[in-house]
Amino acid sequence: MRQSLAADLPATAAEHAGLGALSVLVAVIRRDLLLAMRRKSEVLTSLFFFVIVVSLFPLGIGPEMALLRIIAPGVLWVAALLAAMLSLQRLFAADYADGTLEQMVLSPAPLGLLVMGKVAAHWLVTGLPLVLIAPLLGLQYDLAPQALGILMLSLLLGTPLLSLVGAIGAALTLGVRGGGVLLSLLTLPLYIPALIFGAGAVEAEISGLGAAGHLSLLAALLALSVFFAPWATTASLRIALE
Amino acid sequence: MSNRIINWFRFGSPQAFYPLAGKMVPWFFALAVAFGVAGLWLGFFVAPTDATQGEGYRIIFVHVPASWMSMFLYVVMAFWAGLGLALNTRLSSMMASAIAPTGALFAFLSLWTGALWGKPMWGTWWVWDARLTSELILLFLYLGFIALQAAIDEPRRADKAGAILALVGVINVPIIYFSVKWWNTLHQGASISMTKAPSMAITMLWGMLVMALSFWMYSIAVALVRARAIILERERHTDWVKHAVE
Amino acid sequence: MQWNSVGEFFAMGGYAFYVWGSFGVTAVALAIEPLLLRKRQRDVIDSLRRERKADERQGTGA
Repeated sequence: MRQSLAADLPATAAEHAGLGALSVLVAVIRRDLLLAMRRKSEVLTSLFFFVIVVSLFPLGIGPEMALLRIIAPGVLWVAALLAAMLSLQRLFAADYADGTLEQMVLSPAPLGLLVMGKVAAHWLVTGLPLVLIAPLLGLQYDLAPQALGILMLSLLLGTPLLSLVGAIGAALTLGVRGGGVLLSLLTLPLYIPALIFGAGAVEAEISGLGAAGHLSLLAALLALSVFFAPWATTASLRIALE
Repeated sequence: MSNRIINWFRFGSPQAFYPLAGKMVPWFFALAVAFGVAGLWLGFFVAPTDATQGEGYRIIFVHVPASWMSMFLYVVMAFWAGLGLALNTRLSSMMASAIAPTGALFAFLSLWTGALWGKPMWGTWWVWDARLTSELILLFLYLGFIALQAAIDEPRRADKAGAILALVGVINVPIIYFSVKWWNTLHQGASISMTKAPSMAITMLWGMLVMALSFWMYSIAVALVRARAIILERERHTDWVKHAVE
Repeated sequence: MQWNSVGEFFAMGGYAFYVWGSFGVTAVALAIEPLLLRKRQRDVIDSLRRERKADERQGTGA
C-alpha cells in the first residue's frame, strides 16, 4: 500500500509540469495524512504525552492555584516543545526505512516542496491537536479566557515553527545511532526563541501588557523558518541519503 | 604572482598542511604564553582595585576573554565547516571539528568563572541573566555539534551534517541572544545584571584585551594540534601517513 | 604595583577562593587540553606503527 501511495507522486517531469506545485504539495500532504490515520496510535501518543506532562507539574510542585497560574504559560509551552520533539523522529523515519525517501529525492518534483508537504502533514497530525487541547489543559491551571485565547494563538503560530525547525534535526539524524536523544540535544536549543516568545505572549496577556509584541516576533520567526528551514532540511536529507 | 596563488591552495591538502601546522604550533603556544604573562601582569599589578567590587572583579580577566573566545570560535568553526561543505574540501571540515572542543571548553570556563564571580557579588552561584543564559545555550550548541559528529560513523557525512548544524546554529545565535535579552529585560525588575562590568578603567580594558589575545593564540595552537591528530586518524590508509610515522 | 605583601596578593581582599578558583580552573583546563592532545597524537602514531609492523610481518611471512 505504501509503495502505491508513493506512486501517486509525480513520476515524470511532464506530469509534474502539468500538475503544478500546489497539487504536488496537496498530494504529499494527503499521502502522509492517510498513512498517519492508519497508525492512529502514533498520532494519539504525542497528544497523551502532552496531557500527561502538563499534569505532572502540579503533582511535583503542589496544587496551589496561585503558583500554578504563574507557571502555566511556561509549563504548557515546555510540554508542547517536548511533545513536538518526540514526534519528530517519525517525520522521515518510515519513508527512510522503506526507500520512499530516496524516491522523493530522485523525483523531478523539487525536494523542498515535498519536504514542506511532509512537514505540513506532520504539523496537522501532531501540532494542531496540541493547539486544540491546550485550552482545556490551561483550565487545569486556572488561566483566564483571554489568556487561553492567547495560548491557543501562540501555539498556533509556534507549533508549525517547531515542526519546521525540528525537521532539520530529524533529517540530520536520520539513521544515526542514539537518534532520539541526539535529536533532542540538537533541536531544543533552537526551540528556545519560540519558547520565550510563545510563553511570554501568554504572560504578557495575563499581566495586562498585551501579547502583540511577542506574537509579532513569533510570527516573524515563523515566516523566517518557512523560507529557510526547507533549504536546510533538503540539504540535510541529501547528505543523509548519499 | 600565479606561483604564490598556487602555493596557498597547495596547503589545502591534508598532506601538505600536516607539516606546516606542525611548524606553526610552537610559535602560537609561545605567543599565547607571552600574551598571557602580559595580560596577567596587567590584570593583577596594573589594574587598580575596584571601588564597589574590591579585588573580586579581577575574575573578568578570564571570564570575559573566555566568553569572547567561545563566541568567536563558534563563528570560525561555522566558517570552516561551511567552506568544507561548499568546496567539498576535507581539510576545512577537519579544521571545524578541531575547533569545536576548544570552543566548548571556553564556553564552560565562561560559565564556571561567571558563577564564581556572581556568588560573592550577587549572592547566588547562578544568575539567569542574558549573557550567562546565552553562554549556556552556546555550550549546548557546541555539544550538539560534537555529539552529532561523534554519532555518525562515515566521516564525510559527519563533516557535512556538522556543517549544516553549525551554519543553522550560527544563524540562530543572534536570534537566541536577542530573545534571551528580551526575556531577561522583561523579567528583571530591579535586579542587577551581573554582566554589567565595573566602570572600566583603561587598564582593565587592556588587561581583558591582552588576555583575549592570549586565549586566541592558544586556541589556534590547540586547534592545529588537534587537526594534525584528526588528519592522521582519517588519512591513516594513505602512503604519506604510513611514511610520516616512521 | 599595589600589593603590600605576598600574603595580601594571595588573599585578594577576601575574594581568594573566587579569584583563584577561577584562574586556577582556567589554568588547569588550558594545561590539560594540550596534554590530552599530546596523548591522542601519540596513540595514533603508536597504532599506525603497530599496523606497519603487522603489515611487514605479513609481507615477509607470505
